[in-house]
Amino acid sequence: MTAGILSFLSSFGSHLPFARKTFARGVHPASNKSTAGTPLRRMPFAPRMILPLAQHIGKPAVPTILVGQEVVRGQLIARADGFLSVPLHAPVDGVVEAIELMPSARGPWTESIVIRTYEASTQEVRWGEPRDMAALTPAEIIQAIQDTGMVGLGGAAFPSHAKLTVPKGRTIHTLVVNGCECEPYLTCDHRIMVERTDDLIQGIRYAMRAVGAEKAVIGVEDNKPDAVAAIRARLPADGSITVEAVETKYPQGAEKMLIKSALGLEVPAGGLPSEVGVVVNNVGTLALLGRLLPSGQGLTERVVTVTGPGISRPGDYWVPIGTPMRHVLEWAGAEDVTEREIILGGPMMGQAIASLDVPVTKGVSGILVFDRRDIETESARKTYACIKCGECVQACPMGLNPSMLGLLAASSEYDRMGSGYHLGDCFECGCCTYVCPSNIPLVQQFRAAKGVLRDRAEAVKSKLELHESGERFDFGHKEGEGRKPGGSRHPINPPPSAKP
Amino acid sequence: MTGKSRRIELRAAPHVKRGVNVETIMLHVVLALLPIAGFSVIQYGLSALALIMATTVSCLLSERLFSRLSGQGNTLADWSATITGLLLALTLPPSFPLWMAAVAGFAAIALGKVLFGGLGYNVFNPALVGRAFVQAAFPVAITTWAPAFFPGRFTGFIPTTFTMPLMTPPGLAEWLHQHVVDGFTGATPLARWKFENHVASAGDLLSGVATASAGETSALLILACGLYLAARKFMDWRIPVAVIGSAALVALAFHLVDPGRYPAPVFVLLSGGLMLGAVFMATDMATSPVTATGVWIYGAVIGVVTVMIRYFGGLTEGVMYAILIGNALVPLIDQYTQPRVFGARGRKA
Ligand code: SF4
Ligand code: SF4
Repeated sequence: MTAGILSFLSSFGSHLPFARKTFARGVHPASNKSTAGTPLRRMPFAPRMILPLAQHIGKPAVPTILVGQEVVRGQLIARADGFLSVPLHAPVDGVVEAIELMPSARGPWTESIVIRTYEASTQEVRWGEPRDMAALTPAEIIQAIQDTGMVGLGGAAFPSHAKLTVPKGRTIHTLVVNGCECEPYLTCDHRIMVERTDDLIQGIRYAMRAVGAEKAVIGVEDNKPDAVAAIRARLPADGSITVEAVETKYPQGAEKMLIKSALGLEVPAGGLPSEVGVVVNNVGTLALLGRLLPSGQGLTERVVTVTGPGISRPGDYWVPIGTPMRHVLEWAGAEDVTEREIILGGPMMGQAIASLDVPVTKGVSGILVFDRRDIETESARKTYACIKCGECVQACPMGLNPSMLGLLAASSEYDRMGSGYHLGDCFECGCCTYVCPSNIPLVQQFRAAKGVLRDRAEAVKSKLELHESGERFDFGHKEGEGRKPGGSRHPINPPPSAKP
Repeated sequence: MTGKSRRIELRAAPHVKRGVNVETIMLHVVLALLPIAGFSVIQYGLSALALIMATTVSCLLSERLFSRLSGQGNTLADWSATITGLLLALTLPPSFPLWMAAVAGFAAIALGKVLFGGLGYNVFNPALVGRAFVQAAFPVAITTWAPAFFPGRFTGFIPTTFTMPLMTPPGLAEWLHQHVVDGFTGATPLARWKFENHVASAGDLLSGVATASAGETSALLILACGLYLAARKFMDWRIPVAVIGSAALVALAFHLVDPGRYPAPVFVLLSGGLMLGAVFMATDMATSPVTATGVWIYGAVIGVVTVMIRYFGGLTEGVMYAILIGNALVPLIDQYTQPRVFGARGRKA
């Protein structure tokens, strides 16, 4: 009762007309977006490009070229393997040197196409037939999007055409365009909104047609007033597309949070945005689609924020997909990278890499280089037992109890984390670890716990299958039972306890 | 770490932290307690100073001893034992014998903290455990009061301060007779209300001239220090608001029913240890709930129970036991006030 009244009172704030559009809880890390005012620049081609076949979520692409073959910039070099997959295009003019296992951010060895760049390679893309976009049906637009090889450029790397495919039985009323860029340091989406506004609006129109949405709302954090103004100046007169300045708060750019902030809708736990009639796409993705779709070209480059205390020429660069990290860092002025930490993506959710041969892939939005001082301050932090300060509970945007989850993780009670404390709803935003004064690696433990639960589920599943086939095998021996009219199946014994 | 120093660092996300550590929070609580401790020295002089030192040193030594025994490394650096020592001193009568204060400090750390597994695992506020222990062990000494601002407080000690261990402290009547204006009864405002139905004026209570334990007589100062902590986000402001608010509401209800028997809420709020308890003890992180709703319930329980004990219990002061009861309920409160998961089906916020 009291709980109800209190949560009613606290939710009251968000309904006041002058309140900033936002979601509950979250954190305010220092933004450090020093590159926000620097115009986009191009990065020259690296002498060797490495293109992993699996740069996206789904099945790896299948090479369509042979080793030794010459390719031109923009040429299709690997095709999509089924629906949840996207093709790859050559980022440079050059010759295919190898198709072999190379280091990547996904793992030490991923099958990749290696291209040696011709010194005369130009920026011009000489591949692809211009399309008449106005003539396409929604299904044809989806196909065209898959042909570009586009994935979510915000970092998820989920194939864009799959995301824009509306599940059967659902209708989409609004396309939410994610221009929040809530991760500290990153400014690539910001620059695109400012410099590629027309491409963005064009891409939004295509996406709206693909999903059948009547409206589109662009959500931009209110620390980027120039982006809001730039977009507002180019909005179509019919009012179908609007801009919404949302509170600057991490993780505002998380799909469910942005939908809540911009539209006031809450996506059911464990559900997809389409359940509330919404599809979300990132501004960088849509701006590139706006340019690539009419020209019929594939994705060969993306904007990457290269910044951090260890970088002397930080900025947002157009980087050809496949450029090795070493080349990017040299160009951006990181001389000595030993004793540094190199992170792909933002500091809150990005992934540290161990090798400079890892290439820039489609999902890499930022490259951050932290120097030794940062590393030392972080590793000097002492870990304490949970002091029950409740900071993590007040920070978790999903409304979980990371304190309790952390205690359970410490005692390896993974099943209870999942069944009693909604571990499955944690989307690993890292807010809990960010605030914890006891410096407990909360989200790190949650990731591990999820992995354990996944493995156990698989183990149970395969045991269950074994069990079933065993039963079928036994069937032949128990003749009397097996011939009952109706042939009812044997009840399957409950799987053995999941405990290892 | 040295073996790693020439390699590229690999850490799991997030790669940045807010930068507020346990020791940062605790140190600020210590800083916020210092003015209050200082004011108690102004009120009660050398005896108060000796008392503060005795409890603090005792807590620190006990903490060091146990952390060494359990191989936890040096846990003094987290400042939590210092907080316990300071708080403990502020709940005791200024005339409290030092050896008893040392016992209280040891009990606070040993029974209140180490027994449960150390900082974060403790269920009860250690300072209150220590205070409850000596309340049971030395019932006379803990109800013997010296007046505030007595002359000569900076040149000499209250005679009971240096009572030898295991000796009964001398009666204070003689000493009081020499030092204090006539009419001093040695009773706290709460005791005088309870037994004589005398309601002290708000002015007396606020200015610290009323007789009580050091921490009980400086409501304004305590509030100011609490505000500082709340503003720096080192303290959960909702807890004192809930404690004080609920105590005031209950007191108001009683006052309206029978104004002759029950004093106005302002007396309830300003007398006794309510302020110190609400601001500095109920807010102890380890022993308060983690959920947003839980925090309000917990604070309200403490406020209501405090007033109930004062009005209907045998004791004059209820804050201590109210907070201990609140502490005991925390696991239960937390369990039943789990936050609503974003997008949870079937239940609307
Ligand atoms: S990482 Fe998971 S538990 Fe932690 S704040 Fe984010 S959603 Fe909540
Ligand atoms: S933030 Fe850390 S110390 Fe505080 S309650 Fe959460 S896990 Fe415990």
